[in-house]
Amino acid sequence: MERHLMDSQIKGVSTGTTILAVTFNGGVIIGSDSRASIGGYYVSSKTINKLIQVHDRIFCCIAGSLADAQAVTKAAKFQISFHSIQMESPPLVKAAASVLKELCYNNKEELQAGFITAGWDRKKGPQVYTVALGGMLLSQPFTIGGSGSTYIYGYADAKYKPDMSKEECLQFATNALALAMGRDNVSGGVAHLVVITEEGVEHIVIPGDKLPKFHDE
Amino acid sequence: MSSIGTGYDLSASTFSPDGRVFQVEYAMKAVENSSTAIGIRCKDGVVFGVEKLILSKLYEQGSNKRIFNVDRHVGMAVAGLLADARSLSEVAREEASNFRSNYGHNIPLKYLSERVAMYVHAYTLYSAVRPFGCSFILGSYDQDDGPQLYMVDPSGISFGYWGCAIGKAKQAAKTEIEKLQMKDMTCRELVKEVAKIIYIVHDEVKDKAFELELSWVGEVTNGKHELVPKDIRVEAEKYAKVSLNFKTDSTTDQGGFPMPCKQG
Repeated sequence: MERHLMDSQIKGVSTGTTILAVTFNGGVIIGSDSRASIGGYYVSSKTINKLIQVHDRIFCCIAGSLADAQAVTKAAKFQISFHSIQMESPPLVKAAASVLKELCYNNKEELQAGFITAGWDRKKGPQVYTVALGGMLLSQPFTIGGSGSTYIYGYADAKYKPDMSKEECLQFATNALALAMGRDNVSGGVAHLVVITEEGVEHIVIPGDKLPKFHDE
Repeated sequence: MSSIGTGYDLSASTFSPDGRVFQVEYAMKAVENSSTAIGIRCKDGVVFGVEKLILSKLYEQGSNKRIFNVDRHVGMAVAGLLADARSLSEVAREEASNFRSNYGHNIPLKYLSERVAMYVHAYTLYSAVRPFGCSFILGSYDQDDGPQLYMVDPSGISFGYWGCAIGKAKQAAKTEIEKLQMKDMTCRELVKEVAKIIYIVHDEVKDKAFELELSWVGEVTNGKHELVPKDIRVEAEKYAKVSLNFKTDSTTDQGGFPMPCKQG
């Protein structure tokens, strides 16, 4: 009951986040802001990491209640790691996303967390999966999520191209995050980006003052 | 090579002084009493062949199937106690289904065979239950991993194979299988050879009528395990019968071919 009252104070059910994942030629870039807020009036952390590594080449970004998201990703990380050891091979991105989906769907009454799972596997290469609040699993070439995403749907739809190069994709992701963080009061801080390819995983952190500036800034 | 395990063979939870679990060995003997089943892996799929003995003319044709579908892409051919085999096929189906539900994709055959083997093995540990009296051959085809073939026996071990045989004529069948160059064959060619091998190992004297059950999974079926279509099966059986007649006429003008070694 209390939760529903709190929800009406917060915009929608996704609280304070901008997350995205974009595939490019040879890999996938996953990105998020770093702000954690309570109710939209207090920033509880300016530098939280919303990109959780669930396996060597698979990352998850979290949106919604951070407590729920952290609990779910912890359980998923264990299940995926065990699954990978049993299979004697790295897990498929689809398998990781399915594990998250099962957790979200089976506990949908209690949980309030959504995820974007992105990674690279040998079978299908770079992939992005959305696991929505109630446990829907959807595969897309790119996806955006969180409260800040509403401000960048136009930008993302207009600027996304399939088969981009790594640099083009980085520019696209950085711009999208910067624009969302610029307008959404509950998204902000630094921009975290992770580039996942067959070769490895690269973390990029862009502090707030180094983000691209647009008109009026 | 039989040996008496008097006193140490009453339960699966007892070792004999020379380190054997006789109940498991007896279970394997139960498999050897059943008619033959073979599975062969080729370059683009897997073919199963089962010599299904018809014990009564009153049986409906096609009843008492010995080849099961475990998942869309996995087939299972069995030998031994048929009721045990049916129960294990349900176990395998549940494993495959749970895997798909949890992980969103087809279960890899190596993993499935390990899981079912683990289940079979569990029944060799306790005196309260008896081991399963059946062996089975699992086969699958996947776009990326290609064709796979695994065999599980009552002791609960599983191995991957290019070709294997279980049942009463498994030795003779293995000899015939070894003659094949299966790595270079396609499913269509292999179907005929599998039919031929079943016909060769079938004992006309001891067992009368039999029905040949043939199934395959591979590129030819788009990764779906299914019974071989009737026209291809008929053609394969014709090829098998012709080859058999040809071989038994060893005094023809074409020169003597050695008689196949028939096992009782």
